[in-house]
Amino acid sequence: MTATTTDTAPDHLSGHVTTRIGHNQKDLVEGATGPWEVIIGLEVHAQVTSEAKLFSGASTAFGAAPNSQVSLVDAGMPGMLPVINGECVRQAVRTGLGLGAQINLRSVFDRKNFFYPDMPQGYQISQFTQPIVGEGRITVDLPDGESFEVGIERLHLEQDAGKSIHDQHPQKTYIDLNRSGVALMEIVSRPDLRSAEEAAAYLSKLRSILRYLGTCDGDMSQGSMRADVNVSVRRPGEELGTRCEIKNVNSLRFVRQAIDYEARRQIDILEDGGEIDQETRLFDANRGETRSMRSKEEAHDYRYFPDPDLLPVVLEQSLVDALKVGLPELPDAKKARFIDAYELSAYDAGVLVAERETAEYFEAVVDPEGAKRDPKLAANWVTAELFGRLNAADLDIAGSPVAAAQLGGLIDLIADNTISGRIAKDVFAAMFDSGKDAGDIVAEKGLKQITDSGAIEALIDQLIADNPQQAEQYRGGNTKVAGWFTGQAMKATQGQANPQMVNQILKDKLGG
Amino acid sequence: MALDTDTVRRIARLARIYIPEEDLEPLAGELSNIIGWVEQLAEVDTDGVEPMTSVVEITPEQREDVVNDGGYRDRVLANAPDTADGFFTVPKVIE
Amino acid sequence: MAGELLQLTITQAGAALAAGDFSAHELAQAHLDAMESARGLNAFTAETPERALTMADAADQRRAQGETLGPLDGIPIAVKDLFCTEGVLSTAGSHILDGFTPTYESTVTRNLWAAGAVMLGKTNMDEFAMGSANVTSHYGPCINPWQASSGDSVGKDLVPGGSSGGSAAAVAARIALGAIGTDTGGSIRQPGAFCGVVGLKPTYGRCSRWGVIAFASSLDQAGPLTRTVRDGALMLGAMAGHDPMDSTSVDAPVPDYATALTGDIKGMRIGVPAEYRMDGMPGEIETLWRQGRDWLEHAGAAIVDISLPHTKYALPTYYIVAPAEASSNLARYDGVRYGLRVDGEDMTDTYEKTRAAGFGPEVKRRVMIGTYVLSAGYYDAYYLQAQKVRTRIANDFRAAWEVCDVILTPTAPSAAFAIGEKMDDPIAMYLNDIFTVPASMAGLPAISVPAGLSADGLPLGLQLIGPAFAEETMLRTADVLESAAGFTAKPSW
Repeated sequence: MTATTTDTAPDHLSGHVTTRIGHNQKDLVEGATGPWEVIIGLEVHAQVTSEAKLFSGASTAFGAAPNSQVSLVDAGMPGMLPVINGECVRQAVRTGLGLGAQINLRSVFDRKNFFYPDMPQGYQISQFTQPIVGEGRITVDLPDGESFEVGIERLHLEQDAGKSIHDQHPQKTYIDLNRSGVALMEIVSRPDLRSAEEAAAYLSKLRSILRYLGTCDGDMSQGSMRADVNVSVRRPGEELGTRCEIKNVNSLRFVRQAIDYEARRQIDILEDGGEIDQETRLFDANRGETRSMRSKEEAHDYRYFPDPDLLPVVLEQSLVDALKVGLPELPDAKKARFIDAYELSAYDAGVLVAERETAEYFEAVVDPEGAKRDPKLAANWVTAELFGRLNAADLDIAGSPVAAAQLGGLIDLIADNTISGRIAKDVFAAMFDSGKDAGDIVAEKGLKQITDSGAIEALIDQLIADNPQQAEQYRGGNTKVAGWFTGQAMKATQGQANPQMVNQILKDKLGG
Repeated sequence: MALDTDTVRRIARLARIYIPEEDLEPLAGELSNIIGWVEQLAEVDTDGVEPMTSVVEITPEQREDVVNDGGYRDRVLANAPDTADGFFTVPKVIE
Repeated sequence: MAGELLQLTITQAGAALAAGDFSAHELAQAHLDAMESARGLNAFTAETPERALTMADAADQRRAQGETLGPLDGIPIAVKDLFCTEGVLSTAGSHILDGFTPTYESTVTRNLWAAGAVMLGKTNMDEFAMGSANVTSHYGPCINPWQASSGDSVGKDLVPGGSSGGSAAAVAARIALGAIGTDTGGSIRQPGAFCGVVGLKPTYGRCSRWGVIAFASSLDQAGPLTRTVRDGALMLGAMAGHDPMDSTSVDAPVPDYATALTGDIKGMRIGVPAEYRMDGMPGEIETLWRQGRDWLEHAGAAIVDISLPHTKYALPTYYIVAPAEASSNLARYDGVRYGLRVDGEDMTDTYEKTRAAGFGPEVKRRVMIGTYVLSAGYYDAYYLQAQKVRTRIANDFRAAWEVCDVILTPTAPSAAFAIGEKMDDPIAMYLNDIFTVPASMAGLPAISVPAGLSADGLPLGLQLIGPAFAEETMLRTADVLESAAGFTAKPSW
């Protein structure tokens, strides 16, 4: 993606006003001359989930041959006119509602004029003074369990540019217009973020909400989400400093790296008595650095004006109401419900709701048609065993070889003492590899737990008879030897003896 | 307002039209005349007047979200001055 | 016989085709021959004789099978080079669109071909429709087929008006039975007046702009140039209609405009705006205007004096709004995907060299003005103020419709002038459109009807302006005006 084709919230609109009250002492960055506060705002470009482009009927599918998904409109041919895709408008409204934001019933598309070879019309159709979504607010959770609020300044619809490829030819740049005209939502935060971690957490949360809403797939590797990061530093409590904008950062890790690098760079300049130039910078992922853009124009003057080819977008309140009714349960509400209804810890609930698919999987394990399974047990199985194996196999939950109902079946076998928790892990491994049901694997491998007290008594009697020395130690007061006996019993039964029964019988026999 | 040569140079740059240095001065004169003439609009009282956004009073139809266009690279590239491997090509751009 | 075929109206030619007096092929061939022999007028930028005969033959075959597509079936017409035509060079009269051959057909031309019209070729025009004299074309000026009989212009080549100069000249010179043009601030009506033909600009939104190379998107509107009002009504009926590809196209049924020409305007209220009586207006224009009033009054209409207070601001408003939109619309001519490219040292240099070489002086001037009025710090004072004044202009008309049904004005402040005149003073050239621009700013339908000759023997037009989508009322009045004026003079070409 090109560096200059994405939008910068106009200064006079954004106001660069933080709505964040106070700051965390721990977020301050120590410089040579004292502590600094880092002020961060994000402009996130999220590709709208839609079949066709914002103003044409060409496909938005990723990865097609160059220029194969380009209409005459997308190519900026003479006399071509944009016609808005209604679904993109509805997706923007859904997103606005999901961010708890003001929906503007009248919004206007403007032209943002500048030249770039992958921007065929010579202007980008965007929304400037009258965006479709106004102010909102989202709650962001940090890994340590703390949470904070981030103000959303606005969300507007705009078209993406094409793609410039600079490394195919020594003297030429290649232009592919497949992305030209794809709908983007630009979501502008207030400068309410104070550290790289907070920025990453905000971006994760935003991604989660968009994915729940189904309005953006959040796939950063395909460019479906990318961020322009505004960074400035100041002494705590002082006026905001001059900011730099780092364009098109396309992963959470790079967002963190870019912020840390940029904050340090600015602090070093200021502590050396220098000044920060307000400028656009690029993040160089190979070097982990930001650098000034060589191609930046002498002065941007985008000459915005309402696009005369498009009439204002006017929404009926009834449409907005209907879209609101149709919204899914969002992560915050789901998390609260998981804590309340399932008595999960905030941490477990947070992990489970981060992805809509995970939350749905979990609920399918716990509560299929009212058959309540132990939620904590289910949460442990999902977050520990399932996630561990999915990560190792590089799969996401949609690709899990073990369906939710199958994991539920396994948990049922534990609950009714058919198998022990230890055996269950082996069964789960086999399920993951084979895709078979837990019951089948238990039956095939004869892993059913031994709960016949007569058999266990006979086994213990034999163990005591074979190991008189250890039995004597126990009777002499060294009760820790009981653990050794339990281990032997489990080993002899290949783990199938019911551990509680083994312990009880041992105690009875040795203590007698 | 009279446009000076620096303004004309800046405007020409924004519009991506090369103007030879010796043409800036006469062009500044021409443009100043036109701008001076249109400035009579300042006399019109427009307090409380909404700017025109469209002379047609309609709510336009919106497009259905279906793929019904594109898939004709040859038509898109047909008039291009320079192409390679299905791409448009231009002199190297440095970011 | 061929000579007679050239003198017909569309209405007459249609009747003759129906009667089997001649074939569409013969009709097309006669006009192709005329086009060839009139090359000295430089009215065409591209001739399409093979296509014309193929289309004419198809019309003849239909007729042989007892089918017809309507009143335009087999009628040869000319197309302004602003319309994109599939497989036919489409340049907007500009060097920057060198060699551009669209892979698509504009909606308006597609509609006309679907109605059986036959394409003769593409007509000359001011570059990107920016001009009032057809002198800014990259292909050289088009020459008006009329010659002055006396006065300063005797013996000189005259301008046909603009920007649809080639279309107007082709119809006046009997090369085409009709032509299509586009009107942004008067580009159909003013050349219509200069060439002694009918020029009709419909309501903004009536004809699709899809495939019409954009000049000023909020103003551009396609319309016909014909030798009679009735012919204009027939052509508009085929051109107009809702187009889902153009968001500003209106979804309203297209009336049968020709049936509106009843000849009866009794009781019609004709507004005559005081503000159009401008200082320095030639006496013969004033006289013709008064004559027009009398003709309509005589036909039973009531004359109403009206006021359109912001008339004098329409032209300067236009010269902010149109260049602003044009500066953005013409940004796509960058040498990347089509047209001229002049390679430079880098991309920016390539842009600047391409656009410097590809655009002529008037286009550059307007792009620069448009860039300036939209630039930071000037937007509110120029563009925003202009759009507010535009609202006032539209409100003036809205108030006028309370008291009148149609407005009568002159079309242009003078007759055609010699090529080369007014070239040194852009504003003097802009003043050609002083009477046509106000209706454009309000998106209203307007028509120029040839109504008389100047003292120098050159045609003069009267303009009628109607309320939005009141083309029928306007055309009915124009038809009566045309009959009363009885304009039968022909150019000497």
